[in-house]
Parts: sequence; structure tokens; C-alpha cells
Amino acid sequence: MEKILFLSHTEENGHLSPHALETLTAASRIAAGLGGELLVGLYGGSTGDAVQQVSGKTYTIEEKIFAVSRYATDAAAAEAICRAAGATIVVAPGTSRTMRYLSGVAARLDGKVDTHITGLSTEGGLMLHRWYYRQRMRAEIRRSDRPWFIAVESGIFEKFVGTGGTVESVSVVIDDKLLRTSVQGFKSPVTGEQTIRPDADTLFVAGAGWTKKQADGQTHTDNAADLILDFLKKSGASLGSSKSLVDLKGEGQSVLPFMTHLNQVGQTGSTPRHPKGLATCCHGEEPHVVGWRFITERRAINLDPNCGWAQGKADVLYVADAFAVIEEINKLLG
Amino acid sequence: MSLTIVVCGSLVPDPLQSLIPMPTPDGFGLKNEMMLPHVLDPWAAHALYEAANLAKKVNGKVYLVSLGLKAKLQQSMMTIAQKVPFELVAVDASHSGFSDSSAVADALAAAINSIAGLDKSSLLIFGGWESASRAAGTTMQIVGEKLGIVDQFQGVDEILLNSDGSFQVLERVEGGTHQVSVCSGPPAVLGWATGNLPEPPNNPQVGMLNMRIVMPAIQQAKPATIKDQALTFHNVEVPAQRRQTKIVKDTPVPEIAREIVEWLRL
Repeated sequence: MEKILFLSHTEENGHLSPHALETLTAASRIAAGLGGELLVGLYGGSTGDAVQQVSGKTYTIEEKIFAVSRYATDAAAAEAICRAAGATIVVAPGTSRTMRYLSGVAARLDGKVDTHITGLSTEGGLMLHRWYYRQRMRAEIRRSDRPWFIAVESGIFEKFVGTGGTVESVSVVIDDKLLRTSVQGFKSPVTGEQTIRPDADTLFVAGAGWTKKQADGQTHTDNAADLILDFLKKSGASLGSSKSLVDLKGEGQSVLPFMTHLNQVGQTGSTPRHPKGLATCCHGEEPHVVGWRFITERRAINLDPNCGWAQGKADVLYVADAFAVIEEINKLLG
Repeated sequence: MSLTIVVCGSLVPDPLQSLIPMPTPDGFGLKNEMMLPHVLDPWAAHALYEAANLAKKVNGKVYLVSLGLKAKLQQSMMTIAQKVPFELVAVDASHSGFSDSSAVADALAAAINSIAGLDKSSLLIFGGWESASRAAGTTMQIVGEKLGIVDQFQGVDEILLNSDGSFQVLERVEGGTHQVSVCSGPPAVLGWATGNLPEPPNNPQVGMLNMRIVMPAIQQAKPATIKDQALTFHNVEVPAQRRQTKIVKDTPVPEIAREIVEWLRL
């Protein structure tokens, strides 16, 4: 019988994140579908509140040292829990913290790992869905090797509602070799402007056209920056960018001051999940195909009605000057 | 302080090519894969540029451990070798995305261990935090584990060396922020995101120096088997993505704006 372990860190407040609770739903479905046993593994600075969010036998490691996200200590905690549980399938949320160590722990336990899981089925055995070649093709995969470590994407499953777990504490020895790295804190690369909002309803993608010469033969980068920031503030949208616009900064050209590589969507950027996406002045494949893979409703503003990348990729293409349209939108949004 | 920086990087089809999956005798592959132009994986390329920049500051040395089919390695190196100085260690194996990261990591770790005179006390292992092929973000951690390195960082955008031998790392975390960590010193594994450096211009002189070592390295590349019999692919497909795009033109700006605002508010 398969032993399915849901494995997660707790958040700073001691709770599980929404992403973790969604992943617990995935784990419970795997257990139910395979007729296996569902186990829970939690670690962090505190786990008491998180235990109330789960159900069933729950292995916990709770110590201040695990409150921070660090490869060596996270891997040690996860390894200890996996060994204690004797898990054959380990299901974890694909957070940055988990992604840092999960495959390393799989290697320690001579297991295999698959990440960015976007779907699953259990008929005839566990089959996972994931994307290859930067969201260009979708595959269904099976593995016969165990233990099998799985990192699940957010926004796929509903949040788990638990009745409270039964705690079994796990001990782990942390020596100085595992503490060579100290976490200092967090830093926002943008200067005073929060432009990336993972929970926003809308992704606003700004392309390189914003910094190009306009009808009067001049660039209007400052105006573009004001319009975009005003739109983001009023709409609550998250800001994405094409690679070319981000690269301009590295090449020393006039750029939007708040734009960094963190905003980039596409091949070497992120593939965010938002219900709606509005692309402006984009002329490449990346924002429209790769970066937009998980955007449900897509609209674009572009001066070129024959833009091949918008046609067939967006639901609506507005042939208009983005400067004028966004300015008008900002007025309407008040 | 001197550093040895080993950059792990595989090859991927040029991102602008159309990619069509198809079954092959060895599992799934890409249609006309050997005909497709290839490039160094974009994230690995960022890692390579950052490594060269760092090595220049500390008088260090950069190795590029690259896994790929010999023919494609040879083609790709004609361009990559002109970017920054490095010494190539080639591994002759399939660079397909439909392979398993643990087998790839085994081959990379073995190649790193084969570097003569490698001093692990001054070693930094660089690579992309994901690839543009498998896109799993799992290989570098396993390479680190195989080499016994437990200070690892993923989604790295910056490394700053301190005078005492320690270094500060910025890693991408959720919400567009960076986690700031300080490690007391090498060895460490850094899986790079994009970093902060632009792509260096081609330098033919650097290319000529690199190619003296690159060509023999490719010729001497040891073959590695990375096929995982326990991993089965089913139904790999390019999903239909064509949308019926409604073109709105010759429409006054206020009307377009009103329509977009209504859509945003729904």
C-alpha cells in the first residue's frame, strides 16, 4: 500500500499557506484514488496552528531554527520526516522554499522528483500532468520508482479543510555544518513600488513599445512610467514585462525605472496565473505564448493589426495607441 | 581569495523554433530535433556570465560542464565560446527535456569530480535554476547532494563577496522579493535566475582562446546514459492554443477604454 505524505513548511504565523492547503487536497486525492494511507509532515518555527488545519497522523518538527528558509536545515527536517513516515509518495507545495530543497532530499532517499505539477489522475496508477519546454507541451507521466517526490503548482486544487491532526514529533540533529548560511531578511528590488502581485485578478504586460519613439518622433518613457504606475495603482493589477523591455535596462538605455527581471514573463521569466491579462506594446512570442500560458482571458493593445503574436493568442486585439488608451482607462478607473 | 566556479549548462532548442513532440525508439523527443538550432540554456547562460564576471574580480577560473550530443555541443560552442573565457568539460548525452534530472545530475557530478585538482574548499557550482527544456528546477540540488554540498541557493539574482570569504546571495521568493542570505564561504551551489548582467558581446579573441580547449574537450567527451526506464511518458502534446481573436480597430479611444474597464471590473 502506498504511503502518501503531504510535506510542508509552516508560514511565519504558524499556519499553512493557501498553496499548501491546495496541495494537501491533491495529496488526499492521490491517497483516496490509490487506496493508500495519507500522512502529514509539517516543520517550521511553530506547527501547532497548522496541525489544526490538517487531518490524520501528523509528523512535526518544531523549532526556531526551522522558522527560516534555508536549504541545509529544511532538507534535514524534510529528510527526517520522510524517513519517519516511510513515505512512498511525497507531495509538497511548489513554493520557492520547497523547490530549493525537495530534489536534494529525493536524492538523499534515492528517490525521484517531479515538479510544477498542474494536474493528476489515479486511474490505473498515479499519473501526473506537467509542462515541458517552457509551457509549450503538456505531458502525462508515470513512475515506478519510489519514493516519488512531487511539487504541485498553486491554483489547481481547492483548499483542504481539516479536522485537526494527531501529532507525532520527529527529532533531527542540526550541527554547525548546517548553519553556515544565515538568513538576513527580505529585500524588494523595486524602489517604493510593489508591482508584482501574485493574487491580482489581472496581469498587465508592458512591452518594449512603451520606450520606443512615438508618433512625434520622440520617446516618452517618463510619461509611460507614470501611466503604467497609475494604472497598476488604480486597477490593482500585477506588472509583467517582455524580455526585450527588461533587457534594455541592462544595456543602459532609457527604461521604465520600476521594471526589473522579476517582472519578466516568458522564456526566462515567470509564467504567472491570473484570470485576466492585458498586453500592451508587445510584439514577441514570449509574452503571448509562454508568459500567457496560464492567463485565462487575454486582451492586447497594439498599433499593428497584423501582429502575428497577438492574433490567435489574445481574445481581443485593440488596434490603438496604448498611451492614449491607458490614459483614458486611468481616468475611468478614477 | 581565489575561486573555482563550475557552471553546469545543457543545450536547448532555440526558443523561437516550433517544437513538436514525437515518439522515438528512445522515448519521446522533438520532431527534427537534430536539425533544430540549439543554444546554451538561457538560465545557464546567465549563470555563465555571472561566473565570468565573478572570476574576473577574484582572479578565479571558470569551467563550463555541458551535457549534450557532441554535434550540437560543437555547433553551440561556436557562439558560446565567444562570450566569456572558460574551460569546457563536455558530457556526451542526450540533452532532451524528456529525461530524468537525477540521471543528468549523476552525469554532471561525475564530470565535475573528474576535473583534475579541483579544490572543493574554493568551489562554487553555478547553473540555471531551471532549464528551458525539462523546466523542473531539480538538477542543481542533486548535483550539490552528489558533491556533498549543503549550502544551496535557487533563483539567485546576485552574489556579493565579502572580504572575510563569506558571500551574500539574493534569491527570488514569492511576491517579487528577494531573500537575503549570507553564507560563510564556499563550497556552495547557486541556481541562477537571470542575474543582473546583459549578454556579453561576441569577442573573437576570447573565442579563439576558448576553442583551443573546446574542440579537444568535445572530442574527448565521455558518453553518459541518462535514460530512466522507470519514467514513462504518455500523451505528450502541444495543446491547441489558437484563439479566435476579435480585432477592434477604427474605434475611438474612449470607447476602447470603456470596454476594457468594463471587462476589468467583471
